[in-house]
Amino acid sequence: MNGNRVAVIGAGMTKFVRRAQETAKELAWEAAHLALASCEMTLDDVDAVVIGTAPDAFDGVHMKSEYLSDGCGAWGKPVMRGYVGGGTGVFAAIQGWYHVASGLFDTVLVVCEEKMSSCQPHPQGAFLTIFDHTTERPLKPNLLWIFALEMNAYMNRYGLDKRDIATVAVKNKRNAADHPAALLGDPDITVDDILNTEVMAWPVQRGDVSPISDGAVALVMSANHVARRATPKPVWVEGVGWNLDTAYWTNRDLSYPVYVEEAARMAYKMAGVTEPRKQIHIAEPYDPFDYKELHHLEGLMLFDKGEAPRAAADGVTQRDGDLPVCPSGGLLGVGNPIAAAGLMKVAEIFWQLRGEAGPRQVPGNPKRGLAQAWGDLMQVGTVIVMGV
Amino acid sequence: MKEHVYESVYLRSKDFEEGRVLFETWDPNTHYAWDAGIAIGRYLQGLKAGQLIGRHCPECGRVLIPPRMFCESCFCATDHWIPLQDTGTVITFSLCYVTWDMIRLEEPLIPAVIEIDGASTGMGIMHMLGDVDPDAVEIGMRVQAVWKPAEERTGSITDIVHFKPVE
Repeated sequence: MNGNRVAVIGAGMTKFVRRAQETAKELAWEAAHLALASCEMTLDDVDAVVIGTAPDAFDGVHMKSEYLSDGCGAWGKPVMRGYVGGGTGVFAAIQGWYHVASGLFDTVLVVCEEKMSSCQPHPQGAFLTIFDHTTERPLKPNLLWIFALEMNAYMNRYGLDKRDIATVAVKNKRNAADHPAALLGDPDITVDDILNTEVMAWPVQRGDVSPISDGAVALVMSANHVARRATPKPVWVEGVGWNLDTAYWTNRDLSYPVYVEEAARMAYKMAGVTEPRKQIHIAEPYDPFDYKELHHLEGLMLFDKGEAPRAAADGVTQRDGDLPVCPSGGLLGVGNPIAAAGLMKVAEIFWQLRGEAGPRQVPGNPKRGLAQAWGDLMQVGTVIVMGV
Repeated sequence: MKEHVYESVYLRSKDFEEGRVLFETWDPNTHYAWDAGIAIGRYLQGLKAGQLIGRHCPECGRVLIPPRMFCESCFCATDHWIPLQDTGTVITFSLCYVTWDMIRLEEPLIPAVIEIDGASTGMGIMHMLGDVDPDAVEIGMRVQAVWKPAEERTGSITDIVHFKPVE
């Protein structure tokens, strides 16, 4: 492990909803003060603040993190915002880690917030600017295309059918039924329910996609000496990794996320994880679409290429399976307020490893877990490995 | 862990339409004019002339499309232009039944990534497929560009109307 030892010692979040009455600042404050309260700290204990939030265009607010900053407790403190699109939530925790690991700060408050609902008529209007302005945007692309094109490439490479993949959506929406912050939890949903949803951009159907959401999540991260005084159950950051592939997305092999593999290798090396399939007990890979969970599990080297769908169908990734995956309910079930969704995954690993996940608790006292997020122009991977 | 979750207030469209909540709106008036740059500028000139072109990297030897003045893999300058064919292979595709703002379409749009003949393996561009039964489209299908008439071309990616199956 590089640098000083760092623990997550507190977490809080808002319920994820389609359209929140609260402003972005109000959501950020609710999550931040709950996270501080969870470890009996106040803002006076916080040395620096890390803010994660995705495109300014969602809110129509320039320098959105500055707008958000007072809700994040950042007034009068060193503050930074890191932004890697959908990968931001896990990246923010990574930044929190190196703020403390560097020795510069003892305690950092990490706050991720997203309010997608302000963007009318649809937040896709803001998302569309990820396409190249000269070679792609004149074709009037739809954001769903890149997911549909990637999903089709993945299915074609390994001969998968939609039923193999829909099991992920079912698992996550069922898991989310036990999450108090979830938008789309459903204990009774079936594979046929997913397969019967409307086709949006084949092979993507409505049921394959996570919902547009508003919400916020916050973590408190501290150095060893603070963490040991603050809580009997610190959850240690054991490894972090992040990696970016080429922005020429039409030149990449869309069936395999090599950048996730590179990010995972970096994090595993730091964590001393040599056999991830044995040493990772619980995983929260990024699941904005059901196939992405499978794609990412393969990139994380937790399953062989093309094998994750079978494992999912066999129940391996269920909450009581050999490798519980997205026990939170993930983005498909809890919701997808971009940056907040990624940090929600880190918070879930924190709660699971402390045995505090309530009805979502994974059995068998898991000792090590990982969270992973993904984004930018489909080419960034961010990974954090945590343990107790 | 319920104590760690704040119950956000969930609003519905009706709350706005029926004036039950207060809100403010703003319509940005921003327009952009992007310079095409060196590589893509030349690429657009080629399109206007009915020709797809790529760039060669002297270190890895790849022929790159979309063309670029530097190879992002070798981080060196690319050295010359290479004319490519206007045919290729469908690497992946989608049948899209919604617009970006979720309005249903009767007939699907068919975006695809097309590996262009004459460029290196895996070098694809995004474009549309047309003149084809949507149910007949498959990965591996051979396709050819359908060009606008020369007098209608403007030096844009839309100078290619779409790609259609090679007969």
